[in-house]
Amino acid sequence: MRTQTFTTAVAALALLVAASTANAGATLDTVKKRGGVQCGVNPGLPGFSAADEKGVWKGIDVDVCRAIAAIVFGDAEKVKYTPLTAKERFTALATGEVDVLSRNATWTQTRDGGMGISFTGVTYYDGQGFLVKNKLGVKSAKKLNGAAVCVLAGTTTELNLADYFRTNKMKFKPVVFDTSDETLKAFEAGRCDVLTSDASQLYSLRLKLAKPDDAVVLPEIISKEPLGPAVRQGDDEWFKIVRWTLFAMINAEELGVNSKNVDEMKNSANPEIKRLLGVEQIKHGLGASDAWAYNVIKQVGNYGEIFERNVGKGSALKIARGLNGLWTSGGIQYAPPIR
Amino acid sequence: MTPEHDRSELPSRPRLWNDPKVRAIVFQVLVSLGVAGFLIYTTYNTLHNMEARGISTGFGFLSRPAGFGIAQTLIEYTEAESTYGRTFVVGLLNTILVSGLGVILATILGFIIGVARLSKNWLIAKLAETYIEIFRNIPLLLQILFWYFAVFLTLPEINDAIQIGASTYLSRRGLYTPSPVFESGFSWTLWSAVAAIVGAVVLIRWAHRRQELTGQRFPAYLVSLALVIGLPTVAFFISGRPLSWEVPERGAFDFSGGFALIPELAALLVALSVYTAAFIAETVRAGILAVSHGQSEAAYALGLRPSWTLRLVVIPQSMRVAIPPLTSQYLNLTKNSTLATAIGYPDLFAVFAGTTLNQTGQAVEVISMTMAVYLTISLLISLFMNWYNTRMALVER
Repeated sequence: MRTQTFTTAVAALALLVAASTANAGATLDTVKKRGGVQCGVNPGLPGFSAADEKGVWKGIDVDVCRAIAAIVFGDAEKVKYTPLTAKERFTALATGEVDVLSRNATWTQTRDGGMGISFTGVTYYDGQGFLVKNKLGVKSAKKLNGAAVCVLAGTTTELNLADYFRTNKMKFKPVVFDTSDETLKAFEAGRCDVLTSDASQLYSLRLKLAKPDDAVVLPEIISKEPLGPAVRQGDDEWFKIVRWTLFAMINAEELGVNSKNVDEMKNSANPEIKRLLGVEQIKHGLGASDAWAYNVIKQVGNYGEIFERNVGKGSALKIARGLNGLWTSGGIQYAPPIR
Repeated sequence: MTPEHDRSELPSRPRLWNDPKVRAIVFQVLVSLGVAGFLIYTTYNTLHNMEARGISTGFGFLSRPAGFGIAQTLIEYTEAESTYGRTFVVGLLNTILVSGLGVILATILGFIIGVARLSKNWLIAKLAETYIEIFRNIPLLLQILFWYFAVFLTLPEINDAIQIGASTYLSRRGLYTPSPVFESGFSWTLWSAVAAIVGAVVLIRWAHRRQELTGQRFPAYLVSLALVIGLPTVAFFISGRPLSWEVPERGAFDFSGGFALIPELAALLVALSVYTAAFIAETVRAGILAVSHGQSEAAYALGLRPSWTLRLVVIPQSMRVAIPPLTSQYLNLTKNSTLATAIGYPDLFAVFAGTTLNQTGQAVEVISMTMAVYLTISLLISLFMNWYNTRMALVER
């Protein structure tokens, strides 16, 4: 009896001690020990993150995660994907369930400020739009007074929708669902007149309709939706790695380096390319090898390749570069130099 | 001669740590301290960790403006000014509405099906059995999705809405009916209705007591019905008919004005009622079968018709057996109403623990509040049913 109580007391104390405050700073160590990056993604948004018939994850957000793994491990396949719904995405990141949230999340002040997370950059400059059926004969979002609008729960889309209709003195009836597929089903069934979401999602959702040509995306873009990856705050080391993943891809496109010519580009005389690919050493301070950017470009690609293959000309979505083009070609994707 | 008791054989007073009573108290104190300590430690640990990660804490978010729209609000709600606290109340009222209506509908339907299952008519009994087996065994979520997508969303489109009467329209956007607008002076009608109901209750009680004492019957139910309908109507007309109707009008896209019963509420209500009614039917059947057969035999011997026997003898006794499982079914229905998120009905879980949680990021506070609400509702239902059960209990000698 005495030994029993003693051992239980010791076990309880040990548990208490072990359960003490977790440290908030050593994500890179955890990732290296685990041997893979734990990436939070969208369960199924074509173009951004979706698993194909063979179960292979594809999309822009997926490629960002693979690029992070390429920097940390030199192998872009060392990633595990956690599909997250819109409700649990930020909590999953803030509590440590995933290392990086690459889930077409909009970078806003309240999310940066009060949720314990930090956004590292913008993968895709998007904006909110409206999808309506052609037969309604509506050509502008300002003529939507009194419409029923299908929207995803807990997103900036919901808030922007309310603001837009209020500012334009129109009324609307919200029909709120948990997943994009449900909003699409309800839109198709005629439960609502309008489907609102980020414009990129509208294009990809429209493809899922039985008759995609029956619906049209209205021209108005009513908000700024900069989509990008997010990490937990307080861990600068990991933050810098995720930030420079994106910058490496943008710089590579700017310098004309892509996954096909990266090996011959190693012999280039251009000092910027030499620094990018690690031929000329610089103090990058990312805790990775000098070939960090080389690994990203070779195994995943530069920004243009990733864009075109997932949402651009090489995909079913066929979205134009537009705002997401380089700053040298009319867009606003701009990365600090690697020197 | 009685031998003298040997003093040394009497058990001496037990030592402090061998005394079972002292030991019991000490252990209880230790366990309470342990539980309290664990709770305090967990709370402190959670708060400390959240602060270290930069997650905001506290309930201050309840007074910030929400900024999102809700499909069905039983109280005043605007996107611009209403706070997160108000979304909590709106969600709570929606949950209470669907749970309350669901409980009533499920009970009525369940009773009917349960009694039908015991019918001597083979067809009726088999139909009831089929109903129970089908709706008991299909997962509730599937049933909700079925009613929503396969039934209510296949009603006519808004352009081909069915017109019922002068200004009631049925379409897949919902059932639009005129809503009453109460003008001043309606309070007379309201108060007279209340007075009529109170009067009816008093009248019925008096009539029952009179019947027990003297055996004379009085048509109490008919008279109270006349009272409850007649008195408010008279007051209504005397005060100048202070009631107008707001009629739903067709806009470019949809109807506006009037009262709208959204298909989400209808689908959830129907699915919950039909599903829970299958369980309640079995509970009712169990209760009826638990009443000794001798009771109905004696009732027949006294000349009571089968329907009277069922109503006056068997069912009151079956309630004793049926009420505890019935309580569980009501609690299940209330908790199952959280499946509303699957079809977009704005109940407490969808609005507060879904949208508000996502917008504010304060998971711990929001989920604790939601859990507390469901716990309170469930405890209230159990309390009421336990009180009812005690009233119904057999008083044995």
